[in-house]
Amino acid sequence: MLAAHLDPLAASIFSLIAIASMLLSFVMLGSRWLKDYMYAFGAQSWLIALLSALVGYYGHYPELYFIAILTILFRGLFLPYLVLRILRRLHVKRELHLVLQPSTSLILGAICVVFSLVVAFRISTAIGFPENIVVLALTVMFTMKLVGFLILSVRHEAVSHILGLMLLENGIFLGSQILIPGMPLLIELVVLFDLLVAVACFGVLVRYLLARVGSTSSLELKRLIG
Amino acid sequence: MTLCFIVLLIAPLVVVVGALLIRRPRFAEYLNLLASVVAFLAATSLLFIIRTPIFFWHNYLFVDTLGCWVALCTAVVYLLASIYAVGYMRLLAQDKHLPGFYALFAGFAWTMLLAVFVNNIGMFWIAIELTTLVSTFLVGFERAAESIEAAWKYIIVVSAGITLALLGTVLLYWGGSLILGPSYDMTWQVLRDVAPHMNPVLLKLGFLLVLAGYGTKVGLAPMHTWLPDAHSEGPTPVSAMLSGALLNTAMLGIVRFLAIVDAASIGSLPHTALVVLGIFSVFIGTLFIVHQEGIKRLMAYSSVEHMGILALGFGFGGVLGIAGALYHMLNHSLNKSLMFFGAGNSMRRYGTKEMPALRRVLHEFPVSGLLWLAGAVAITGAPPFGLFLSEFSILRAGFSGSNLWAAIVMLVLLIIIFIGFLRHFGAMYFGRRPEGTPQGAIVSAWCVVPMWLALIPLLIMGLWWPDGLMRIFDGIAHQLIGPTL
Repeated sequence: MLAAHLDPLAASIFSLIAIASMLLSFVMLGSRWLKDYMYAFGAQSWLIALLSALVGYYGHYPELYFIAILTILFRGLFLPYLVLRILRRLHVKRELHLVLQPSTSLILGAICVVFSLVVAFRISTAIGFPENIVVLALTVMFTMKLVGFLILSVRHEAVSHILGLMLLENGIFLGSQILIPGMPLLIELVVLFDLLVAVACFGVLVRYLLARVGSTSSLELKRLIG
Repeated sequence: MTLCFIVLLIAPLVVVVGALLIRRPRFAEYLNLLASVVAFLAATSLLFIIRTPIFFWHNYLFVDTLGCWVALCTAVVYLLASIYAVGYMRLLAQDKHLPGFYALFAGFAWTMLLAVFVNNIGMFWIAIELTTLVSTFLVGFERAAESIEAAWKYIIVVSAGITLALLGTVLLYWGGSLILGPSYDMTWQVLRDVAPHMNPVLLKLGFLLVLAGYGTKVGLAPMHTWLPDAHSEGPTPVSAMLSGALLNTAMLGIVRFLAIVDAASIGSLPHTALVVLGIFSVFIGTLFIVHQEGIKRLMAYSSVEHMGILALGFGFGGVLGIAGALYHMLNHSLNKSLMFFGAGNSMRRYGTKEMPALRRVLHEFPVSGLLWLAGAVAITGAPPFGLFLSEFSILRAGFSGSNLWAAIVMLVLLIIIFIGFLRHFGAMYFGRRPEGTPQGAIVSAWCVVPMWLALIPLLIMGLWWPDGLMRIFDGIAHQLIGPTL
């Protein structure tokens, strides 16, 4: 496994990028402005692209450069552009009804980190790779997963839901770059592509939501119960 | 053999292209009907000529008996729903959108048929995600506020849930890479061979995540929340496809992953998890079936219940449990299509989905009303229909296994469902006549023929469990359990 014999410099750069991406997911969690979500997500995608390129360089996986370029194009530029367009059309600037104050959700997020760390530590001890970078990659992967679910459950705007979903996938992407850089190229390409399709679908749906339900807040979606 | 397989996968694609190029509603309708007949014939012959797995396209696709069986269930529902759609979609008076509808409809069938033959765990995830993307637009097709709400909930809940399956897939691949090196083919068979050497912690965690992820798509409680909305708000042929075909396809993923962890002999945790989810789904289904007002939501919760029963069958395991569950798949596909067709007919006639307004159904539908009533008896698992046999063998597997409590709870819940379900139908058929006569449209023969086509095999399969099928199930069960037993 690549992570088992990395030189110290690479290991610390990887760690830095992983931690920075995790912090960006906290920016998404702590803000109530939809544009902030989008910028944080965009920045996170650029960081993940950088990580792919570095893993490609240190682990000698030339195809990862290609993945890095696609990540920048799809997740770093095209997705934020699409979301910006949706935002401009929606005239929604921020979450209007907060279930939890940003401070409370940040504390919950911190609990998620601690939980992920414990789980990651247990796993890496069990498989006999207690290296820092493995623990960190697992922690960040699980944290971003949990924070993504947290955003999905405490935010109501349709755009927040889209970005929450993307955050879920970003976490897996980041973790898998460090843990399994050799995962078949085709899969990664198709996952990237799949994401693009998904967002296009979301765009269409958001438009319908606005036209038919009159709002893009999930609080209005309460006709179907029981 | 190869020909059958290619025809099966090409037929729906032809509809997608054809309907989009020649934008004529009648043309799209009949082209789709033709493709569904071809797909059904191809799937049937594939099941009976397949002996050993065959691989296509650099190992990315493979045809095995289990895949063929689920493909057959899908093709059956596709055929029935396509016949029904001809009559039903004309009633909606949206001829302008029909070519688009049939393109999506056939595309949805294609993604499901593709998913069952995928040989790569990553590609399987993508195929399942594709089914969601395509079917979202089918759920929202009627563009009422309710349909859009259902479509939104569907895509958000299912996509979020299914990322858990991706995480599980990544962890399992990682576990394999510790043994096989950084790059290898992530096929079902490779993972299964490497599973005994994999770290049990990773294996268990990976399986539980995959179970939660694909379980969301199967509609196992407590991840079922999208299901009643999506199934009740889409057009009726789409509801039948979602219920009868899509859920089976996702269940196939769980079954294949179960075979992987079974190969590693890491204790009973995976089976217990599946049994607990199954019982909980049957329980939730029971609660909402007893207190239900919407006719299509009643059917949707019945799907949650039946997916729970499938999970129980595979969870109990053994040849008996697996054979029962596989038989149940086809029976449920046939029966749930029949039930949704009946629900769609009465919805159109009475102009409402609310059961209290549906009264004296036999008066409005002398023939198809009887078919629907027989279907209702069948879906509660009463003899002499196929579901009785399959539920009975699942129960037998439960009573002979280590999860005796689950079998007893299942039996009790099934009895409650029997009473609750038939109470609704009793009220609809023999309740007090409402004021005035219903004003809605009278459905054409297109909407009644598929009900016959579903009920007759159901009755035959209830009276006689064909020998050939038993041999096929036996083969699949041994392939899943492996040579260790």
